[in-house]
Amino acid sequence: MSTVNQVAIPKVEVMPEKHYLNDNYGIRSWLLTKDHKRIAVLYLFTITFFFFLGGLFAALIRLELLTPQGDLFQSDTYNKLFTMHGVNMIFFFLIPSVPAVLGNFLVPLMVGAKDLAFPKINLLSWYIFIAGAAFALAALVSGGVDTGWTFYTPLSSGFLKTPVVVLGVGILIAGFASIFTGLNFIVTVHRMRAPGLTWGRLPLFVWANYAASLIMVLGTPVLAITLILLVLERGFHIGIFDPKLGGDPVLFQHMFWFYSHPAVYIMILPGMGVISEIITCFSRKRVFGYTFIAFSSIAIAVFGFVVWAHHMFVAGISTYSALVFSLLSFAVAIPSAVKVFNWTATMYKGSVTLSTPMLYALGFIGLFTIGGLTGLFLAALGLDIHVHDTYFVVAHFHYVMVGGMVMAYLGGLHFWWPKMTGRLYPEAWAKMAALITFIGFNLTFFPQFILGYLGMPRRYHAYPEEFQVLNVLSSAGASVLAVGFILPLIYFLYSLRYGQVAGNNPWKATGLEWETTSPPPTHNFEETPIVTCDPYNYGDDEEVHVVK
Amino acid sequence: MSEHAHPSRALYLVIFAALIVGTCLTWGIAFKDLGIWNPVVALTIAVIKATLVILYFMHVRYSNKLTIVTVCAGFFWLLILISLSLSDYLSRSWSLQ
Ligand SMILES: [Cu+2]
Repeated sequence: MSTVNQVAIPKVEVMPEKHYLNDNYGIRSWLLTKDHKRIAVLYLFTITFFFFLGGLFAALIRLELLTPQGDLFQSDTYNKLFTMHGVNMIFFFLIPSVPAVLGNFLVPLMVGAKDLAFPKINLLSWYIFIAGAAFALAALVSGGVDTGWTFYTPLSSGFLKTPVVVLGVGILIAGFASIFTGLNFIVTVHRMRAPGLTWGRLPLFVWANYAASLIMVLGTPVLAITLILLVLERGFHIGIFDPKLGGDPVLFQHMFWFYSHPAVYIMILPGMGVISEIITCFSRKRVFGYTFIAFSSIAIAVFGFVVWAHHMFVAGISTYSALVFSLLSFAVAIPSAVKVFNWTATMYKGSVTLSTPMLYALGFIGLFTIGGLTGLFLAALGLDIHVHDTYFVVAHFHYVMVGGMVMAYLGGLHFWWPKMTGRLYPEAWAKMAALITFIGFNLTFFPQFILGYLGMPRRYHAYPEEFQVLNVLSSAGASVLAVGFILPLIYFLYSLRYGQVAGNNPWKATGLEWETTSPPPTHNFEETPIVTCDPYNYGDDEEVHVVK
Repeated sequence: MSEHAHPSRALYLVIFAALIVGTCLTWGIAFKDLGIWNPVVALTIAVIKATLVILYFMHVRYSNKLTIVTVCAGFFWLLILISLSLSDYLSRSWSLQ
């Protein structure tokens, strides 16, 4: 045992007597709560369910792809599996993940407010989400939908007999949940910051959620309109997308991707916010280039809206238009790179501790960089023709969405778990889970880059024999990845009862959320905090961040 | 920045009448063959009606600057959708030579 450990006698932490979890009991106090922290917990349970449901579909897909023959499922069933996997994961897990759980919990705490600006709308958001989810589950149990999560017309509007309308309505409804969350964040950040908390002192997590909120509010209505038009064409044969009825199928793609490309940033921006917080805390160093990281979030949100047609290069769009969209897609890589460089520079000469959240954050940086750079391959007009609709694309967006976003979500969940529950998770188990996730992830998805480059198309349940080795590797990796995801579920639940009491600030982190008790009281702060300095005051003077 | 200044009841009725007139006009013109101008006229009337609804029924005319900026941002984003989509439609027939 080192001398440091002998000197530092651990202070025995005690749970606060009254906090948001024991303020009130009973099912009513949860279902009618207006407390942003409880709503965050409601969202946490909901999206955890959808994450594992989506994961189940993924497991079945990987099981089918163990062998070249399509022997486990009919091709129609397989189509439904990947559709329900995509819809579940994107609309019912990834979009709400960081904003609705961590953002909901943390944004008011980080700005020193008692709650979000519109607590009732916040609760309504969760109910709307549940209603949307109910429609999606109804579509699932009544046979499932086989359009792919992209709902391309005229396949979805005219040809398939599955409950497309039910699922479309479900996604439409769930979209409003996301609009309400975004609206709440924007107003809260504008109007409810604590005294002294200027825009230049906002935590980067808040900046990132603010940027994502802009996309939610400005982009989601277009998805809603697109789905309504789809339903109108399917139900009433009004010609909008179907050429037989005088419509244009490419118009659907324009409108769908106008939302769905920026939606990638709804998913990844809040994740980047999590990473900024974790990296600076576990490097014990002021974040490098605060202003650049903050504004790159806004830049990503804005530029993300002008690149959508990179999904349509082989759909017959104008070559000149494709050139412009290709160029703009390359440009959007710049603000993402700015973030990666700044995180790396933050760690440089910092005193880095490899705690669990930091392991996830480091995984994020590496995997997101691979995911982002392979996105540039796909944005290149010539190369995209070769790899379009192959497993290269699948690998690319899973590197961003799972390697990036899910890692960030898990990192954030570990980082703020002591704040949310007042208890620490078992560190050794958690480190192992982070490592297993990283290994399992790469084993699952790296072979898919090669498969795609060799020409294996996505969305088929059978494939030529020569692709089997790589597919078996990928399926094996998926089972490792599943272990990495199930472990946290177990030890988080375990920690609720048996975890060590965390105390207010187990990581010695800066930020207003760490100034209050863990778990925080219902009204967050005993007294309104007054902010007197920059958000990441690590290093030189770790003592005073806030005077009460 | 007058949050309590709502339009009067008379003004509401005038706007309502204008919307009804617009609807009838759209309906009437739909029966005349104006060639390419049919959608143009119909959309122009629709835009005017939407503007009236936003300005008066949704009180944007009486709102503070931040609200007005927010509304304008919404329309700016719609403009992005339309103009960049048109960049495809308008140049689709151009050849590379
Ligand atoms: Cu995209």
